[in-house]
Amino acid sequence: MSVRVQTEDFDVGAEIARLRRGNPKVGAVASFVGVVRDINEGDVVAGMTLEHYPGMTERSIQAIVAEAKQRWNVQDVLVIHRVGELQPTDQIVLVVVTSAHRGDAFAACEFLMDYLKTRAPFWKKERRSAGSRWVEARASDDDAAARWEQTER
Amino acid sequence: MKLKLLYFARLREAFECAEEDVALPAGIDDVAGLTEWLRARGGAFARELAPGRAYRVAVDQAMAGPQTRLRDNAEVAVFPPVTGG
Repeated sequence: MSVRVQTEDFDVGAEIARLRRGNPKVGAVASFVGVVRDINEGDVVAGMTLEHYPGMTERSIQAIVAEAKQRWNVQDVLVIHRVGELQPTDQIVLVVVTSAHRGDAFAACEFLMDYLKTRAPFWKKERRSAGSRWVEARASDDDAAARWEQTER
Repeated sequence: MKLKLLYFARLREAFECAEEDVALPAGIDDVAGLTEWLRARGGAFARELAPGRAYRVAVDQAMAGPQTRLRDNAEVAVFPPVTGG
């Protein structure tokens, strides 16, 4: 498994190719790419700054990946999260899960994103027409993460 | 007990401080005691850490609750609910 926090962009195709290279047990690859939108809560977003807690960020994502590996039969996991200055249409986050069958890959990928959004210490500050503001956490993200606490496998 | 305190995002700006070293008075040994001690500073600390305000605390880079015990030289971070992904 691999967890990276970086300012640079990433190449989804190259990352997927690297993750599954030479592993004939992989029958499914699920990936999620998060992208910066130009609108939030009806207001134009010109860009954003992503802040994180170096050290804890990597540790918390590794813990989330370890939990996913316990719950589903996955071959490998890659998480890349960007920090720093980002513009609309920029990629922010990549989660890739490889597994023998698609069910495990889809479920683990969604679980990883839901937990990443509620447990990994990142914060977004958006630049809007009215000035900069910190994004507030959403109850819907907590609800999405809480679903997994009721599902046992 | 000596601690290194870190603040992030909106709270870092509100407190006008990214990190500080503090020495807690004897008798304070958990997260609830620390936040109460910080609130007593008044100003932004009293406002942002008031009951009902949403904030999170991590002790040695793991999410903590009010009863989490502190140890000497621990790294304690106080920050808003996270908004990554």
